[in-house]
Amino acid sequence: MSKRVGTEASFAIADAAILADVDVVAAYPITPQTHIVEHLSEVVADGELNAEFICVESEHSAMSACLGSAAAGARTFTATAGQGLELMHEVLYIASSMRLPIVMAVSNRALSGPLNVWGDHSDVMATRDCGWIQYFTENAQEVFDLSLCAFKIAEDPNVLFPVMVHMDGFNVSHVVEPLEMLEKDDIGDFIPPMNFPHPLDPNKPVTMGAFAPPVLYTECRKSQEEALRPSKQTIIKVWNEFGERFGRQYKPVETYKTEDADTLLIAIGSFTETATVAVDTLRAKGEKVGLVRMRLWRPFPFDELRDAVKDAEKLIVFDRCISYGGPGGPLCSEIKSALYGSKEQKPVVNFIGGLGGRDITPEQFEQMFSRGREIIDNNLDIQYETIGVRE
Amino acid sequence: MNEQTLQKLKDGGELFSPGHRACIGCVEVLAVRQVCKALGKDTIIANATGCMEIVSSPLPTTNWMVPWIHTLFENTAAVASGIEAGLRAMKRKNRGPKQDVNVVAMGGDGATCDIGFQALSGAMERGHNFINVCFDNEAYMNTGIQRSSATPFGATTTTSPTGKNSIGQVTWKKDMPAIAAAHNIPYVATACPSYASDLAKKVKKAQETKGPSYLHIYSVCPTGWRSKPEMGIELGRMAVETGIFPLYEVENGQWRLTKTVKELKPIRDYIKAQGRFRHLTDDLIDEIQTKVTEKYEALLKKCGQ
Ligand SMILES: Cc1ncc(C[n+]2csc(CCOP(=O)(O)OP(=O)(O)O)c2C)c(N)n1
Ligand code: SF4
Ligand SMILES: [Mg+2]
Repeated sequence: MSKRVGTEASFAIADAAILADVDVVAAYPITPQTHIVEHLSEVVADGELNAEFICVESEHSAMSACLGSAAAGARTFTATAGQGLELMHEVLYIASSMRLPIVMAVSNRALSGPLNVWGDHSDVMATRDCGWIQYFTENAQEVFDLSLCAFKIAEDPNVLFPVMVHMDGFNVSHVVEPLEMLEKDDIGDFIPPMNFPHPLDPNKPVTMGAFAPPVLYTECRKSQEEALRPSKQTIIKVWNEFGERFGRQYKPVETYKTEDADTLLIAIGSFTETATVAVDTLRAKGEKVGLVRMRLWRPFPFDELRDAVKDAEKLIVFDRCISYGGPGGPLCSEIKSALYGSKEQKPVVNFIGGLGGRDITPEQFEQMFSRGREIIDNNLDIQYETIGVRE
Repeated sequence: MNEQTLQKLKDGGELFSPGHRACIGCVEVLAVRQVCKALGKDTIIANATGCMEIVSSPLPTTNWMVPWIHTLFENTAAVASGIEAGLRAMKRKNRGPKQDVNVVAMGGDGATCDIGFQALSGAMERGHNFINVCFDNEAYMNTGIQRSSATPFGATTTTSPTGKNSIGQVTWKKDMPAIAAAHNIPYVATACPSYASDLAKKVKKAQETKGPSYLHIYSVCPTGWRSKPEMGIELGRMAVETGIFPLYEVENGQWRLTKTVKELKPIRDYIKAQGRFRHLTDDLIDEIQTKVTEKYEALLKKCGQ
């Protein structure tokens, strides 16, 4: 029977790993992910999780050990944050191109310099194009539920891609919250046994990671892209099955009070919860405002986004990352390009804030709402504005 | 090694097939073949980026008849750690191969002594049951003969060129086997394909060792060393007989010469046979000779001789 417990999101991940009967965890500590690795090594030490915990000497080796373990056919899990994710960078591309179903939790953290251990989305956005399935969670319950789903998605024979489960550093990772914890009996056959199709096995030798000359490389890349895009169908299918079995429903793009809204706030990650407070306040004042919460980041949910914004006139996008010298925040760029040339093309403004752990209040979302409308109504030529910065 | 074992090696099937794209006279690829043969088929190999990876695996072909994985340049020891841990965990849960499997990480001197140094140190320190093989051809050959920390003093490479102000490489070769031994792992050995049965014996020992083993294999590269392709085996002999590349093993902390040379041959012939040393003056050759003799004597001491 499922039970209601109060726990930290970071700890809930270990419970998900136990339920998934993970075989190998290879990880290296970094704030704000430390509670995840510490707790995982505890449950392995206590025998609650029958796995090998490889206490590697760097994140580069963490992800590399994950490659080896997954290629051998073992269910493989890791977690990291910020600099750790960047140190893994080149290895991430190998995991996706070899179609290794590794699952990784990321406590999103700012990047140095200056050094900053707190939350923002600089780390995620720098790994946007690494070929992994990536989605966001906003609280401990979602972390738990969607980490479990990640194994089922990653290992689905129609998918076979690694999955990153993002949670905002501290704002989600370190918050103790009540959540509905599933147990072995509840899970049943939700997560089938790991069955990687061509593992490294002397009884059936395979060559993995042969190099591709120019006559083949394009085809390799293209086939990888063509496999990743339709994985969205499986992701939705798994989330729906989770909803049917356990009563909590997840969608690639979540909406809040968008039905009759003329203006939409759009954000990704935990600050969407703050934004709902602003939406309620503004609604009470008679404003027709709603909120779009992006959950699935890769593959990008084009249709779901277009559908979510179709009835609105103005979009205000909030980013927790700067693209230096670029068009603004990465989330906003993606939203603009997803809408450009489509029936749903409409004015979009961009605010950037919440960098390196700086808080964003509901009042600031209200500010973004009024200032955003002002920019659109007056047709001001502004690439983006920074919210909450001292001049 | 006796006749019987040699015969077995001769009869045993090849696990690295012909048709690879290595240069004529490449001894590194011969070393790979010898290692594979000695390992046998119950083996999984993680291979670093480098000559041996490139010559053996252009899609859609492969020379590997054992399961083989290449991912990156500097992470093979970590990949091998993951394979070994994965097999162990799966075995507990009645999955994966039933037999004992040799997990092997292999790479060049660049992959081992330089860029992959940390990953290797980590894997040895953690005590994974695996064999790390370094094929030492004394430079980054795959990318066009650039220096590594294993390039010998005085050698010219494309990034340690000779010039008005340069004699080529000005540093002495990093002592990687000693560094591996300093990790207190159960088995470390040097080997050379010119001594095939000694090499095979060491691979077998590494295989039987529980925990990490480190093999450092001298691998003549005629292309990078500017030596005659037909001279590879002879150069290997000269390297051992001059004391430039002594054959020894360190078993549970005990150092032992596996090929004793009564009287070291002078290094001059060895040096003169290679274009990479062509510019060296007699003084520099003498300097190298002094160093080689010193190092060899220090090794003898460690071996209690
Ligand atoms: C991170 C990274 N840096 C550099 C390279 C380029 N590179 C590929 S192989 C190689 C040299 C390999 O040298 P070594 O390990 O000695 O093997 P060899 O080719 O000599 O057998 C280099 C520099 C790379 N592939 N990856
Ligand atoms: S460059 Fe040297 S090591 Fe590489 S294949 Fe040619 S001979 Fe062998
Ligand atoms: Mg080399």
